[in-house]
Amino acid sequence: MDATTAMYVAQGIHGLAYGMVLFLLASGLTLIFGMMGILNMAHASFFMLSAYFCYQFQIWTGNFWLALLFAPVITGFFGILVERFLLRKVQRLGHIGQLILTAGLGLIILEGVKVIWGTESKPVLVPTYLQGLVNLAGMEYPVYRLFIIGISLILLIILSLILYKTRLGMVVRAAVSDADMVNALGINVPVVFMTVFGVGTWMAGVAGVVISPILTVFPGLADQVGMDAFIVVCVGGFGSIGGALLVSIICGLLNSYGVQFFSQLAPILIFIFMVVVLTIRPMGLFGERE
Amino acid sequence: MLLEVENLNTYYGESHVLQDMSVAVDAGEVVALLGRNGMGKSTTLKSIMGLVKPNSGTIKYKGTSIFGHPPYRVAKAGIGFVPEERRIFPNLPVLDNLRMGIKHGRHSSGGGRNPWDFERVYKHFPILKDRSNQKGSTLSGGEQQMLAIARTLMGNPDLLMIDEPTEGLSPVMTKEVRDVLAEISEVGVSILLVEHNLKVAMSLADRVYLMGKAHLGYTGTIEELDANPEIRARYLEV
Repeated sequence: MDATTAMYVAQGIHGLAYGMVLFLLASGLTLIFGMMGILNMAHASFFMLSAYFCYQFQIWTGNFWLALLFAPVITGFFGILVERFLLRKVQRLGHIGQLILTAGLGLIILEGVKVIWGTESKPVLVPTYLQGLVNLAGMEYPVYRLFIIGISLILLIILSLILYKTRLGMVVRAAVSDADMVNALGINVPVVFMTVFGVGTWMAGVAGVVISPILTVFPGLADQVGMDAFIVVCVGGFGSIGGALLVSIICGLLNSYGVQFFSQLAPILIFIFMVVVLTIRPMGLFGERE
Repeated sequence: MLLEVENLNTYYGESHVLQDMSVAVDAGEVVALLGRNGMGKSTTLKSIMGLVKPNSGTIKYKGTSIFGHPPYRVAKAGIGFVPEERRIFPNLPVLDNLRMGIKHGRHSSGGGRNPWDFERVYKHFPILKDRSNQKGSTLSGGEQQMLAIARTLMGNPDLLMIDEPTEGLSPVMTKEVRDVLAEISEVGVSILLVEHNLKVAMSLADRVYLMGKAHLGYTGTIEELDANPEIRARYLEV
């Protein structure tokens, strides 16, 4: 294999890995928005918080796997508490109240991590067998990127099975289109909301852990990746998991190939993509409402 | 009485849309709630269902207060609601729309010995069986109305509250919906019906309530209303 092909492949894997992390983050965001009508401004902050938990766990236990297991669970539990005891209380104030609450929560988390962990970047180490390159069919691939893609694919499959093969999934999909009607049919919608919020936050937490060895952990993490996740949700269509998957991968690839071919334009390529799509389809690629 | 609503007051912001509204439905009865547009008929149903928060009054179902309960608890208590906009789930196939209506952990009389299940619903609504794998959004208006009714029946309500079921339907479809409601009533489900088509309402109902602006104007049996053109003119004619 010549060097140029190898470079394309490597960039492709990088893009795919980032795209899948974006998907983990955006799928929770889009489900929460689709179902509860809440644009959760704190979603990326939960993602960052989980990365910090991961760092802390690694300090205490020295084990990446334990961090991967527990940091997202704690983050998800935190998300459930926020839904149950904060968001539900401001429901009667409407969407503006929820927007202000989650934006404020994002600020509190941002300042909180600065107070606890400081402002400098914290490293997260992966086990040696996840480092370096692996040779498959004559080409070399970065192992950790493949690991990210693999773990995201597993979560994608589990999420799809739950959404499309279980009663809970059916209820969630129905609630995305009309939560009040689901409520009037005798289904305890507040509990479903809390569950979806918890699972969405947990997935953001997984995304935060798996990306932390690549980007390191720092207070700007939420803004950097969170902006991309918002774009994914807008372009893919609010409430659409399929849209989030497709646009996440496109964004990931745009990012990595963009750096390679138009390095000066790379940071704005994703915005150009958003403007083009939303001009043609204001509700996003797979969205049903604007 | 199965359902007893007394002195119900509901506000939308500053506007007092229900003023001391009272309505009652006895077991096995079909009761029609009539009146011109904007009088508060839909709001009455939504307030009972908990979809709109009433400010004061009493709502009793089978003797127990359900005032201020969230919709899912009202539904679990045994009240089924078919809203004016039908609100079927457009992204779900017909089969899943029906599944959404099933209330787990509730084995009600369903108005008799014969609780509603797929078999029985398909017998009353054969079109839904043919369309069971189609998405809700592909159904015609009349079919969507059938689906909305069938979906609620899957939860085996003792009382069905249904808002403008024949609105926008062709005369043929209107007659079909009317006949289905008559069948449902025959098997013992009580019905609280909001209906603009006076002929349909009069052919189904045992008693009527006529609503003036935000409050109850007149109540009586169908025979009394039939014999009283002056009341009909005051509350119903545009």
